Amino acid sequence: MTRITVGPFNRVEGDLEVRLDIESGRVARAEVTAPLYRGFEQILEGRPPLDALVIAPRICGICSVSQSIAAAAALRQAMGVTPAANGVLASNIAHAAENAADHLTHFYIFFMPDFARDAYASHAWHGAAAERFTATKGSAAREALPARARLLEIMGVIAGKWPHSLAFQPGGTTRAIELGERVRLNAIAASLRGFLERVVFADKLENVLALSTPEELDMWREGRGGDFAHFLRLADALALARLGPGPGLLMSFGAYHDIHGARFRAGLRTRDGTIQALPSDRITEDVSHAWMRDTSLDPAESRTEPDADKPDAYSWCKAPRLAGEPVEVGALARQAVDDQTLITALLSESGSNVRNRVIARLIETAQLALSIENWIKALRLNEPFCEASGDAMDGNYVGFVEAARGSLGHWLAVRSGRIARYQIIAPTSWNFSPRDTEGVPGPLEQALVGTDVGDAGARAVGIQHVVRSFDPCMVCTAH
Amino acid sequence: MAGGEDMTRMLWLQGASCGGCTMSILESGASGWFDELRQSGIDLIWHPSVSEETGEEVVELLDAIRDGRERLDLLVLEGSVARGPHLSGRFNMLAGTNRSIYHWLLDLAPLADYVVAVGSCAAYGGIPAAGINPTDAVGLQFEGSDGGGALGAGFRSKRGLPVINVAGCAPHPGWVMESLLALTSGDLTTEGLDAVGRPTFIANHLAHHGCSRNEFYEFKASAETMSERGCLMEHLGCRATQAVGDCNQRSWNGGGSCTKGGYACIACTSPGFENAQNYLQTAKLAGIPVGLPTDMPKAWFVALAALSKSATPRRVRVNATSDHVVVPPSRSGDKRSS
Repeated sequence: MTRITVGPFNRVEGDLEVRLDIESGRVARAEVTAPLYRGFEQILEGRPPLDALVIAPRICGICSVSQSIAAAAALRQAMGVTPAANGVLASNIAHAAENAADHLTHFYIFFMPDFARDAYASHAWHGAAAERFTATKGSAAREALPARARLLEIMGVIAGKWPHSLAFQPGGTTRAIELGERVRLNAIAASLRGFLERVVFADKLENVLALSTPEELDMWREGRGGDFAHFLRLADALALARLGPGPGLLMSFGAYHDIHGARFRAGLRTRDGTIQALPSDRITEDVSHAWMRDTSLDPAESRTEPDADKPDAYSWCKAPRLAGEPVEVGALARQAVDDQTLITALLSESGSNVRNRVIARLIETAQLALSIENWIKALRLNEPFCEASGDAMDGNYVGFVEAARGSLGHWLAVRSGRIARYQIIAPTSWNFSPRDTEGVPGPLEQALVGTDVGDAGARAVGIQHVVRSFDPCMVCTAH
Repeated sequence: MAGGEDMTRMLWLQGASCGGCTMSILESGASGWFDELRQSGIDLIWHPSVSEETGEEVVELLDAIRDGRERLDLLVLEGSVARGPHLSGRFNMLAGTNRSIYHWLLDLAPLADYVVAVGSCAAYGGIPAAGINPTDAVGLQFEGSDGGGALGAGFRSKRGLPVINVAGCAPHPGWVMESLLALTSGDLTTEGLDAVGRPTFIANHLAHHGCSRNEFYEFKASAETMSERGCLMEHLGCRATQAVGDCNQRSWNGGGSCTKGGYACIACTSPGFENAQNYLQTAKLAGIPVGLPTDMPKAWFVALAALSKSATPRRVRVNATSDHVVVPPSRSGDKRSS
């Protein structure tokens, strides 16, 4: 057995270290380390509650709106305010824009460049993949980055700027949209649709979303241009549906709530494919292998106290568990719990794996493009965007949202008008958690086991695919 | 790691960072940031978010720079330098190297022609340095507004410049690119930096300049709650008359800015902005905002404010507390209201 260390593990958001025990050319055991701790929960304690809207988004530059909205959701409970309907819609538009931008950034900048590596130079498909996806040099980024920048112009209209906006308040959003601005939002949404239909899918979004079985997907991609079909061919050539299996449980907090409920519903998909209500009161955080002191398993009661010298610890990330078990979160989980037809069929066929994670992200991007169009139409321009909110009352509150990478929770305790405790469990805290007190590895640690590394050791590209298929956000992970 | 010998070799590292500065810079360039860099003569030798090289390939590159086998022209840091616990840097290790970012920076910074702090974290400590500063986070050459930081007040890069501080949380992508290119063209020198290391072409302006709420400011017609159109200074915490940056003379994400977005400037380009509290409420003493324009006698400000309030047209007064225009401008001119 040999032990290898992979790091700095780049093209993820933040830094990551993975240690692997290799036996007979395969990963036998994995340890995942979040190597950065900043102490946001400690920084938030003692501050006025609304300061969370300045501090919490700055946990993460790539999912800043998600962090804002989670904080605003917790504060909304503390203040007993019902947000303006327009504010909810405008938040959804901005949040969906961020999540779609994140999915595109992941696909084009973080994930696909691995297929351009020299390790694949002997494959017939390598030349086309390298021309299109080589990091910083491929032709795809020349189209994807301007499309991303154009999409983020939604933030210029609704949120002032991105990342790190104060537009998302408990009572709604701070910029009342006028007619000219709605027209601009429509134009930006049309640009997004244009990019997706021309470059990503080479088909109408409606046609993509009508695909309902793996067979239809196979037929659809035959001879089709576009980067999604390109990926599907690579996924087949490299058997990515057999790589990086998840732990089996898929969780979503539910996303984009409005008066009609959630656009993507909340719940838990179990190993037999049934979808259950989310037992959100059974979320715990274990610190047995984190450089943290033990305070409480309950995020509503725990505090964050770093201990860099703790024996047996190997990450700044705590180990979140749902009813004692590790769960996978992200676009695949969100679409699975929402019972999206194609994703459900792919899961029945091959489970959670590298290929299906990527497919779910792009299918979700198509859905978000349509939802953005609908939410823009639903804005009622003569009605308020923000309701006034009063003081935060003492108590314990929770804000649940779905960031691009999965379920994000903020647990807020207010005492005497100040933040007494603030606990955050981010999507990649779930996916890249270390072991718990029972020794059960986190989802990535499980997914890496069995990965073929051959003679390549730490340079094995299969490891790169598995890790990046989760689209980790390491800056959120330990915060 | 391709790129001609004549290109400027830039290494971008992330410390105790949220990655938001990178997210901002990825908005730059008509055909994307990578093309823009190439067209500008910059060879991005490694960036944690975008480069192909990973793991030992990166460690080899960093070792080669440290040993003088590879040239380093521009060293960019995004994120604060977490020195703790006890100056070990263990709150922020560079994965795969068993070494902290803090210690890597101490090695690499003296080897670079120029060292650039992108964002208020790398410049001054920023958000991770707030409150009890759990990780002993500092900027490269400042701890808040005090000189020092990770590299020390006396640090000069190989070309003799202190660290260039492109402050902001997150900074405008234009600030970053213009600072980098002004450096490589030789146009940005020590004389072009203010007392806390910010390029004066940015820092000689105030965030207030060009604010679309200007007329409300002139008449002290103030918004009272979020989403109203009036000036944000009197009640809602706006620091734009004191914070440096040409924020409102630029377009953020295609046309926005903080004040256009309906919320206060929180002075994110200023050292120590992270230690303010109640950002969206104006601190007042005897009903007068504590934070007034810094170079104006307070008595004059109060007198002018009283005068302009009494002269406020009805249109401006009504619209200030509305979320959309209720009283449009009239061609005949506004009548003075009583």
